[in-house]
Amino acid sequence: MPLVFVLVPLIALLAINLPLGSVGRKLGFPTAALLALLQIGAVLAAPGAWLGSPAPSGASGVAPVVGGLKLAFSADRLSLLLLLSIGIAALAALCVARGLERKEDRGGESRFYNLVILAMAGMNGVSLVTDFFSLYIFLEITAVSSYVLIALEREKEGLEGAFKYLILSVIATVMMLTAIGLFLLTTGDTSFAAVAKAVSAGQAGTGASDWTLLLAAGLFTAGLCVKGGLVPFHAWVPDAYSSAPAPVSVLLAGIVTKTTGVYTLIRLAGTVFAGAFHIELIFLVVGILTVVVGALAAMWQKDMKRMLAYSSISQVGYIVLALGAASPLGAAAAAFHLFNHAIFKGQLFVNAAAVEAQTGTRDMDELGGLGSRMPLTSWTSVIAFLSAAGIPPLAGFWSKLLIVLALWKSGHPIFAVAAILASILTLAYFLMLQRKVFFGKSLEKLGSVKEASAWLVVPALVLALVSLAVGLLFPMLWNTILVQVPGI
Amino acid sequence: MIVTCIVLGLMVLAGLWTVMTRSLVRSAIGLALTSVILTVLMFLLGATMAAVFELSVCAGLITVVFISTISMTKALTHEALLQKTRDRLKRYWYLPALLLVGGAVLAFVLAPLPPGGALPAPATVDFAALKQMIWKERQTDILGQITIIFAGVTGVIVLFKERKGEKE
Repeated sequence: MPLVFVLVPLIALLAINLPLGSVGRKLGFPTAALLALLQIGAVLAAPGAWLGSPAPSGASGVAPVVGGLKLAFSADRLSLLLLLSIGIAALAALCVARGLERKEDRGGESRFYNLVILAMAGMNGVSLVTDFFSLYIFLEITAVSSYVLIALEREKEGLEGAFKYLILSVIATVMMLTAIGLFLLTTGDTSFAAVAKAVSAGQAGTGASDWTLLLAAGLFTAGLCVKGGLVPFHAWVPDAYSSAPAPVSVLLAGIVTKTTGVYTLIRLAGTVFAGAFHIELIFLVVGILTVVVGALAAMWQKDMKRMLAYSSISQVGYIVLALGAASPLGAAAAAFHLFNHAIFKGQLFVNAAAVEAQTGTRDMDELGGLGSRMPLTSWTSVIAFLSAAGIPPLAGFWSKLLIVLALWKSGHPIFAVAAILASILTLAYFLMLQRKVFFGKSLEKLGSVKEASAWLVVPALVLALVSLAVGLLFPMLWNTILVQVPGI
Repeated sequence: MIVTCIVLGLMVLAGLWTVMTRSLVRSAIGLALTSVILTVLMFLLGATMAAVFELSVCAGLITVVFISTISMTKALTHEALLQKTRDRLKRYWYLPALLLVGGAVLAFVLAPLPPGGALPAPATVDFAALKQMIWKERQTDILGQITIIFAGVTGVIVLFKERKGEKE
C-alpha cells in the first residue's frame, strides 16, 4: 500500500484548506510536521510492510489494483530510503520555518506549509512510480511547488531565482517529454519494465532501433541532469538555493533536487538503462566534472548559502560518480550518499538560517567569532562539514569510502583517486567557512548576537546526532535500507 | 507526406515568429497560430482527439489567458523595443540554426522506423478505447494531473494574493 504516501498528504492538504477560517490556517504547521514524522516512523518501524511486488524494476510492469483504482505505485528499498530522507529534510525545513516566523504571524499563514505538503506528495510520488510518464507528472508537481516556494517572499532575488529554475526546468521537461514520446514510439509503452526490456533487446540487436532508444535515453538523462544541477547544467542551482527563503533552501538543497535529479538517475541507471549505451562512462565524466567544478567554485564564494549551494553541486557529483561504477556496490554507495547528503547539507542550511537570523547577513567577510556566541550552531556545523568532507567516524566517511571502493573495484582507479583528492577541496572550503564565520576574533558589531531559537538549534542537533549515529553504527547497517548491499 | 512536411515547415516558421516578434500581443497570437497549425498536423496524422485538445486548450484557452494578462501590462517605447530586438538577435542568433540541426538529427535517427512510426494512429476515433486509456489505464497520471493543477492554483494564490498590510 505505498499509495498512502501520496494520498495521505493530499487528503491532509484538502482537509486543512477547507473553509475553516483561522482554525485551518493554524493547522498548517502541525499537519505538515505530523505527516513528515509519520513518514519517517512508517519507513523505520516496518520497512517490510511497504515492499511489494511488482517492484519498480519488476518484470511484469503490471500496476496493482487497489480498491478499484489502478495506481502504479510500488516501493523497493531505494524508494524507502528516499521516503525516509524526504521525511527528515521536510521536518527540518518545517522547524526552520516555524523558528523564523514572527510570533504574531504564527498560525496566521499556512502558505509555506501547504506548499511543503504538496512538494512532499510530489516527491513521494517520484519515489514510487514505475512509469516514465507518471514520473514526469510527479516531477512536475515537485517542480511547480518548488518554483512558488523559492519566490515565496516575492522579492526580486527570489523571483529571479525561481524564474531561472523555471526556465531550465522547462528545458529539462521538453527533453524528457521528447524522450517519453520516443519510448512510446519504439516500445509502445512507457513503463520502466517495458523500456528496460526494449533497451536490453536493442542491445542484443533483436529489438527496435538502438539509435532511437539511445537518443531517448540520452535526452531523458540530460533532462534529469538539469534537474539535479549537474555540470554543465548547474547554473541555476546557486541562484535558486541562495535566493530562496531559509527554510526553502533547507528543503531544496536537502532533498528536492536530490529527488528530482539524483534519485531518478540512480533508479534509471540501475533498473532501466543498466549497462546499456556505456551510460556509466557518461556518469563517470559528468560525475568527476561536477565534483571538481562544484568544489572549486565553492572556494571563491563569500555568501554562505552560495558556498553551500556549490558544495551541494559537488556532493551530487559524488553520487553520480558512484553510478559510474555500474555495480551493486556503486548503486548502494550512491543511495547511501544521497541519504547522508540530505542529513549534512540539510543541517548546514539550518545552520546558515540560524546565522542569518541572528546576524542579518550571510556575507562571510562580515562575520567572525560566532563560535562563542552560537556554540551549538558552531559545533553542529563542524560535525556536518566533517561528515561532508568524509572524515571518520561520521556517516559521510562511510558513503565516500563505499564510492571510492566501488570505483576501484570496477576498474576506475583514476576516478577513485580523483574523488579522494576532491574530498580535500571539500575540507578546505568548509574549513574556510568555519574559520570565517565561527572561529577567529569576535567582531564588535556582532557583540549582541545570541544562540538561535530552539526551532533552529534542535533540528541541527538531531541531524548532527544522525550523522554521528549512522557513522558509529555503520557495521550494523549492511543490507538495510541505508546500505543496500550485504557487504563489500 | 509532402503536405505534412509543408505544414510542419509552416509550424516551425510560426514558432520562430512567436519567439522573434517584438510585440507581446503578436507573440501570443503567434503561439495560437502555431497551435492551430499543430492541430492541422495532428488531424493529418490521424490523431483526432489530440487535435481537439490542442485546439481547445492551447489555441483557445491559453491565448485568452495570455491576451488578458498582456492587456494589464504597459508597452515599451519604440526605441526601447528596437534595442531589445537588436540585443535579442545578437544573443540568440544561433537558435534557428540549432533548431534546424536538431531537426535534421532527429529525422536521421528516426528514419529507420517503419513508415508512420511504430504506433500507427487509428483512422477513426475509438472513444471507448480513449475512455479506457484515460480513466482506467492511467489513473496514476490523472491523480498527478489533478495535483499539478492544484499546485498551480495554490501557487497563483500564494504569489498574487494581497497580504495583510500590503495594500498601501
